[in-house]
Amino acid sequence: MSRNSYEPVIGLEVHVHLKTKTKIFCSCPNRFGDEPNTNVCPVCLALPGSLPVLNRHALELATLAALALSGNISSRMKFDRKNYFYPDLPKNYQISQFDMPLSIGGGVKLSNGRTIALTRIHMEEDAGKLLHTAENLDESEYTRVDLNRAGAPLIEIVSEPEIKTPDDAHEYLTNLKQILEYCGVSDCNMEEGSLRCDANISIRPIGETKLGVKVEVKNMNSFKAVRDALRHEIDRQIEAVNAGKKIVQETRLWDAGLGTTRSMRGKEESHDYRYFPDPDLVVFTLEKDFIESIRKKLPEMPKERSKRFELDYGLTQRDAGILTQHRDLADYFDEAVKLYSVGAKAIANWMLTELLRVIPEGESYSSKIKPKDFVELIKLIDEGTISGKIAKEIFSVMASTGKAPRDIVASQGLTQISDESSIEKICREVMTENPNPVEQFRAGKKNSIGFLVGAVMKKTSGKANPQLVNKIFGRLLNE
Amino acid sequence: MSISIDEVKHIAFLARLSLTEEEAERYSNDLSRILEYASTICKLDTADVPTTSHVIEIKNVLRDDETGNTLDRETVLSQAPSSDDACFIAPRIL
Ligand SMILES: [Zn+2]
Repeated sequence: MSRNSYEPVIGLEVHVHLKTKTKIFCSCPNRFGDEPNTNVCPVCLALPGSLPVLNRHALELATLAALALSGNISSRMKFDRKNYFYPDLPKNYQISQFDMPLSIGGGVKLSNGRTIALTRIHMEEDAGKLLHTAENLDESEYTRVDLNRAGAPLIEIVSEPEIKTPDDAHEYLTNLKQILEYCGVSDCNMEEGSLRCDANISIRPIGETKLGVKVEVKNMNSFKAVRDALRHEIDRQIEAVNAGKKIVQETRLWDAGLGTTRSMRGKEESHDYRYFPDPDLVVFTLEKDFIESIRKKLPEMPKERSKRFELDYGLTQRDAGILTQHRDLADYFDEAVKLYSVGAKAIANWMLTELLRVIPEGESYSSKIKPKDFVELIKLIDEGTISGKIAKEIFSVMASTGKAPRDIVASQGLTQISDESSIEKICREVMTENPNPVEQFRAGKKNSIGFLVGAVMKKTSGKANPQLVNKIFGRLLNE
Repeated sequence: MSISIDEVKHIAFLARLSLTEEEAERYSNDLSRILEYASTICKLDTADVPTTSHVIEIKNVLRDDETGNTLDRETVLSQAPSSDDACFIAPRIL
């Protein structure tokens, strides 16, 4: 059968680290980049006799995330032990949730109008980190284990198998990340491992309603890698089926360098986890009052916020979309327009061009240039104190020094010249120095005025008010 | 209720235990007897008893998100059969 007669069926499992001060079941710092094995205690080391106690803030953040994703918070939830052996798992089981998770259902909207439904969202603890001694796994003689991450709070967001293309998977992840970032529950940084994604994928002939044999793909460290891995895996499965081979249920690892997936040897993956309720943790009832108190903390979501920017400030859909992509940028805009609402459009334009240009991605906008100073610069332009061109120069100085724009203008003498008699004096000088363009203008070549205006701007280092210069030349040249 | 020898072998594999044929047979008998004993509880009429996941009737035990003491790394690593100056050492995986 041809490629087009198959459809892929994709489900995604996303693990997200919660932004708490401490781990999920113990009071060790939930922090990365520290010296190995310095953020550990009897609980996360699984020393005998230690007991886990759930972190209240982790529960609050997990609930907030579930509400933001329209999940139905369970009235009762419990924790279970998921049993398996791996060197990064000191207890030989992971505390997770099996049949009574935090939240059921929910969904993530795509731009094509479809909503990808969520199966569930549950809380669990992260495992430690294995540091391999050689570049190549197979060449490592042994494994070094760092347990700082063991017990870090996670939520796992499981989608229904109803994503139809690798591009939709990419958009699902992008939108999911945006929502979680907006809520402030996680940094969602894939490079640092605070967001991880595994994919389940199968193919079936179009029209078939039964699901095909699914393959789990792991080891993708960016959204682009997820898309690439899915594309590759779809091709691989179609080729295999067309060649008369059977798809086996297995876990495959994405190799970004080779652009292929390879099978994990069967031994490591025994999916017989023998879940059972963790007797060390009691049941949790999530009462209406608790859920409503968390719901109050839900921020305005990116899509609503973008609409509001369009309606209240007359921004284009595109500009509003970019400004709301990241919450800190949208917050910046809101703070700026609160100070100077009539300048909303100028603020948006300057943010989209200059602010995004001078502040490297990932850095805090407001720590480099305070919204208050940003607005003052726009006001200086609107008042005619400085020209747009000078404003850009001032902006760069603001970004590198953090100084207020008025101080920069004053200390560098950048105030726009808007005094008619001073400008007329300079215009006359320029006319004496450049008799040719003057004659050409008088002979009917009206665009030679541009040269003269340029000469004035040069003489004044760009400080002359260009409208005035044009007006005065209009008068002088027609004398 | 009984546990077959194959089931015993599967459980032993999951628990990373290596059993001789003789042991597998013995555990099959032992485990079957334990299950039989425990199954006495199935004879109770539990129609009116709500499902429970925990014997203790305490719920919602939570702690505040405040950092506490961590252990000294040297002490921690000294408890492991193998370590270097910063990490536990485990046999290589895969
Ligand atoms: Zn700990």
